[in-house]
Amino acid sequence: MSGADIYKELILDYYRNPRNFGKLEDRDIEAHDTNPLCGDEITMQIKVGEGNKIEQIRYSGRGCAISQASSSMLTELAKGKPLEWVKQLSKEDILNMLGNPELGPSRIKCALLGMKVLKSGVYGYLGAKLEDDSD
Amino acid sequence: MLESRTLELEKVRADFPILKRLIRGKRLVYLDNAATTQKPKQVIDSLVDYYSRYNSNVHRSVHRLGEEATEAYEGARGKAARFIGCKPEEVVFTRGTTEAINLVRFAWGEASIKRGDLVVTTLMEHHSNIVPWQLLAKRTGAKLKFVGLNADGTLKMDEFEKLIGESPALFAVTQCSNVLGTINDVAKLCSVARRAGALTLIDAAQSVPHMPVDVAEVGCDFLAFSGHKMLGPTGIGVLFGRKALLELMEPFQGGGEMIREVFLDHATWNDVPFKFEAGTVNIADAIGLGVAMDYLSAIGMEKVREHEVKLLKYAFEVLSRVKGFVLYGPGVEKRGGIIAFNLADIHPHDLATILDGEGIAIRSGHHCAQPLAHWLDVAATSRASFYIYNSYDDVDRLEAGLQKARSVFRL
Repeated sequence: MSGADIYKELILDYYRNPRNFGKLEDRDIEAHDTNPLCGDEITMQIKVGEGNKIEQIRYSGRGCAISQASSSMLTELAKGKPLEWVKQLSKEDILNMLGNPELGPSRIKCALLGMKVLKSGVYGYLGAKLEDDSD
Repeated sequence: MLESRTLELEKVRADFPILKRLIRGKRLVYLDNAATTQKPKQVIDSLVDYYSRYNSNVHRSVHRLGEEATEAYEGARGKAARFIGCKPEEVVFTRGTTEAINLVRFAWGEASIKRGDLVVTTLMEHHSNIVPWQLLAKRTGAKLKFVGLNADGTLKMDEFEKLIGESPALFAVTQCSNVLGTINDVAKLCSVARRAGALTLIDAAQSVPHMPVDVAEVGCDFLAFSGHKMLGPTGIGVLFGRKALLELMEPFQGGGEMIREVFLDHATWNDVPFKFEAGTVNIADAIGLGVAMDYLSAIGMEKVREHEVKLLKYAFEVLSRVKGFVLYGPGVEKRGGIIAFNLADIHPHDLATILDGEGIAIRSGHHCAQPLAHWLDVAATSRASFYIYNSYDDVDRLEAGLQKARSVFRL
């Protein structure tokens, strides 16, 4: 599998009709990163609810179909999950979510950008919270 | 196949072993020549021959191998000098264009540029002709200004003349943009800049491989290009510098070969160009570059340019028929064999992945020219670039690949 085969209906659907795209007025977490190879950029915003759960989540940015679809799908999966869930996320989870496309080493970074941004936001939030609690 | 009375395409193609490769079962269509070109067997064989028969250090060894290696290395310098119309001692071998420009930054810029001095370059430069000047300006307190572009990707001449009127110490410009393909009239630019007292540096990475370039006609002080973009090996390139200027300049790196005499507290410098070639030089790849120049000279650089213009004209015609095809840059006459484009809302990296599945190699991204991408207001573009072994059939394959991408993206 290669070339055009990566672009399954699922990925194109999320690229063309992104879910959870946009910004949150009321948010606790915001993180941003870019993939210098593609020029992909992703921002993730989260409103944290009771029990450290992801109450609301939005992403924004621009880039290739893989990075945008992957980020959009990830927001759907993440909504309602505890922040701890984000810490457990792995590369394999993301590839499974995308239907296991055969991505080369240069394109796999596109697929993982959303997860990287989400994790950096969540780790930053939990780390800051830990410091607050120990004060 | 491209019918050409001037360039025997089938014969040329047969010289390139890599063109026989199948990618996913399909004939390789290599359209990433602005990044690096493929190598003919003559160049590959010259490297094997050097390492198998006469590998030795140059200049200092008096034995037979050393003499042969020196003769071949200095022979390559002579070939490079003839190729661009200068004296052999005006040819400094470097790692490539980037190192050549950085050599000027260090050996000339660090000694000559003072606070408040002005360096002028343009918005269409590769990062290698921007970042060294940014670093120099930051360290010395000099100013760096950019000539802007017209909508068709040519230089704004009124802005150029205005900035030259501010008496810059250096004007650095590309002869051919690696994204837009724009060919600048560097002879005219250099003449205006030099009359205003500026030194001139030409980034010739995309011009020397593709068209006749004569440094006397250009009238520049420095000119830089890379071997690997003209059928030669990686890791070798050329800095041309006017001899009188090279002689005035400080060394670049210190070490063996670049010295005349070394005492404990000081040293004196070797003659040019050796003053700028510290340490053991890249002997094999310089020899390989010489062979690449022989290969191109045998075809003739006018014919190389003619071939690429034919391909460009054909590509303009065929690709503009693809719905959603957006082309950047000027018309054929002012353009090197480079086509930067976008296709509808398909991201260039998605497009490149789909084309890769068809055995077609193109470039996608900002092409190491981010200020230009910002000016175009695009995050990225796709780029197809031609060389002597490309054919009309390659253009047809690209067109079919673009149609395939449209259907994959349900357009």
